[in-house]
Amino acid sequence: MKTLKIEDLSKNFGTTEVLKKINLDIDEGNFLVLLGPSGCGKSTLLNIIAGLETINEGNVYIDDYNVSKVEPKDRNIAMVFQSYALYPSMNVKENMIFGLKQAKASKEKIEEQLKKVSSFLKVDELLKRKPSQLSGGQRQRVAIGRALVREPRIFLFDEPLSNLDAKLRVEMRREIKKLHQTLKTTVVYVTHDQTEAMSLGTKIAIMNHGVIQQNDTPEIIYNKPSNTFVADFIGSPSMNLIQGKIIKKSDQFLFVGNDSKATHIPIKNYHFDKNMELNNKEIYFGIRPEHIYYKKSNDDDFEIKLKAELSEYIGNEQIITFNYSEQEILAKFPSTAKIEINKEINLYFDLSQISLFDKNSKERI
Amino acid sequence: MQTNISASTYRQLEQKSKLTNMFLRWFLYFVLILFASYFIFPLYVMIVTSLKTMEEIRQGTLLTWPSTLNFDSWAVAWGGRGYGAGDTFLKPYFWNSIKMVVPAVFFSTFIGAMTGYVLTKWRFKGDQWVFLFLLFGCFIPFQAILLPMARTLGVLGISNSILGLVVVHTVYGIPFTTLFFRNYYVSIPTELVKAARIDGAGFFKIFFKILLPISAPIIVVTVIWQFTQIWNDFLFGSTFSFGEAAPIQVALNNMVLSSTSVKEYNVDMASAIIAGIPTLIVYVLAGKYFIRGLTSGAVKG
Repeated sequence: MKTLKIEDLSKNFGTTEVLKKINLDIDEGNFLVLLGPSGCGKSTLLNIIAGLETINEGNVYIDDYNVSKVEPKDRNIAMVFQSYALYPSMNVKENMIFGLKQAKASKEKIEEQLKKVSSFLKVDELLKRKPSQLSGGQRQRVAIGRALVREPRIFLFDEPLSNLDAKLRVEMRREIKKLHQTLKTTVVYVTHDQTEAMSLGTKIAIMNHGVIQQNDTPEIIYNKPSNTFVADFIGSPSMNLIQGKIIKKSDQFLFVGNDSKATHIPIKNYHFDKNMELNNKEIYFGIRPEHIYYKKSNDDDFEIKLKAELSEYIGNEQIITFNYSEQEILAKFPSTAKIEINKEINLYFDLSQISLFDKNSKERI
Repeated sequence: MQTNISASTYRQLEQKSKLTNMFLRWFLYFVLILFASYFIFPLYVMIVTSLKTMEEIRQGTLLTWPSTLNFDSWAVAWGGRGYGAGDTFLKPYFWNSIKMVVPAVFFSTFIGAMTGYVLTKWRFKGDQWVFLFLLFGCFIPFQAILLPMARTLGVLGISNSILGLVVVHTVYGIPFTTLFFRNYYVSIPTELVKAARIDGAGFFKIFFKILLPISAPIIVVTVIWQFTQIWNDFLFGSTFSFGEAAPIQVALNNMVLSSTSVKEYNVDMASAIIAGIPTLIVYVLAGKYFIRGLTSGAVKG
């Protein structure tokens, strides 16, 4: 039984297709993050799960029960919003118990739930305050409390940390993680922030233009991106995608950049997803900046001489831009490394960490 | 290149800018006082004239302070001279106006709040057309609808009655009140409504429990606007009512214009002031919120 299952879901606003044939499911207790750039349809998908938007095609199941036409309040879900959406005229207590009151829960039940949740979230001191008298972090806590009180099957979070400042965001992120570890409730969480997605999710679904690009664990998404969009979207700075082609020399596959004089890079131990003719295939050679070293780290590392062109210092690290076959390659080194600009230096590519993509389909090969 | 300026030059410049500032300040006050007196002048004339006797007025001393303060004209304006037919005075019409303005303001404000709520928080297909037509209602000259409205009131059987005027003012207030509330509710995050829907609140509950309690600033704006419009209206009042059902502005006109005997300027002035007092009171009580409500589109929760 899947806690949440989405089947062939399509949604359009007028002639704009926002979601195209989405299929997605979540097992009990999982933390699914919907990640993507703005306008990719992730918030619309969340609103559809909540029942706040109608569906054009497809179905939504919660615990195998088709809820596509069920009212939001009857779906056994709770939602936390980006703007917190606390009712301004009510104090914290009234905000938190509003849902239970609507559901006509007994007085004892309401009191019990309120006590449990407010002490759990450490907001018991704030119960008499109005939302306008709370700080951003406290508001966020109350908004989560309002969701917790309802004891839902699924928690929906719509960019809940976007309104907080950087420091508080990291704190609240950890709190949400702890919350999930303690309660083990199923969560669907929308964000455009990859760090949030990576640190919180047990599964990440990356969306673009209304289509799910890849749905997997954070590790697989980071290590084996299924197309160039995912490769480019995850990681900072993002993965180097070098244009070039594969050539075959004495049973060994080699990668060479657009300029055939550039250093040939051997492709060893790469697990090809698909069987296809590889010789002379036009591809993107993907390697993350953090998998390029300035000292040999593994026996398999491939040594290559490249010219350093630009250095960006960011405190604990530095990002150096190199030139390979007239294409920019970024590498991330600790800031203690001394790199001279406009000079060729020896670099080591970690060939166990590369990804190759078909140039035309942009899919992983 | 930088040029060095000596300390004494700085002192001179400082002195100069001080003088300029002082001059500009005095000039500003002068202009402000000039305009203030220009606007307050008619009110002054009205008040002093209303407190003078007719003999004193006939002397032609328009601006002088009355020799003795005489409130007789106020009593006459409000309660009449006490003899039967032909004596027009404001008291009954004042109450007519109150009976008209209170329900008309209430209903137009309430309906405007409702439509504003629907147009922003329960969007439906073609809602922007509905809003456009409502906006259009703000620009219709009232003279253009006098005849159709008279006919409508006749068919409904409420012509020449206070109820009829309440209906007319409510209907013609809705475009304005809707505009006010729509613009206010647009700035309130729709997430509030979504949260309430998930919490299980319905259409009316969300309106009364969530939105209305935070609408005070715009309610004040709308009430002042509607009160002023309806209280000061002469066109609808004079067209759709006569005799005993007339509102105060019509009665004021009848008093001042159709007086058969000598013109009593002091009574006229007193009547005009009485007819203007309620709007003045509303402004004084709620004016602070009026400015605040008009300028602040967004009220943070």
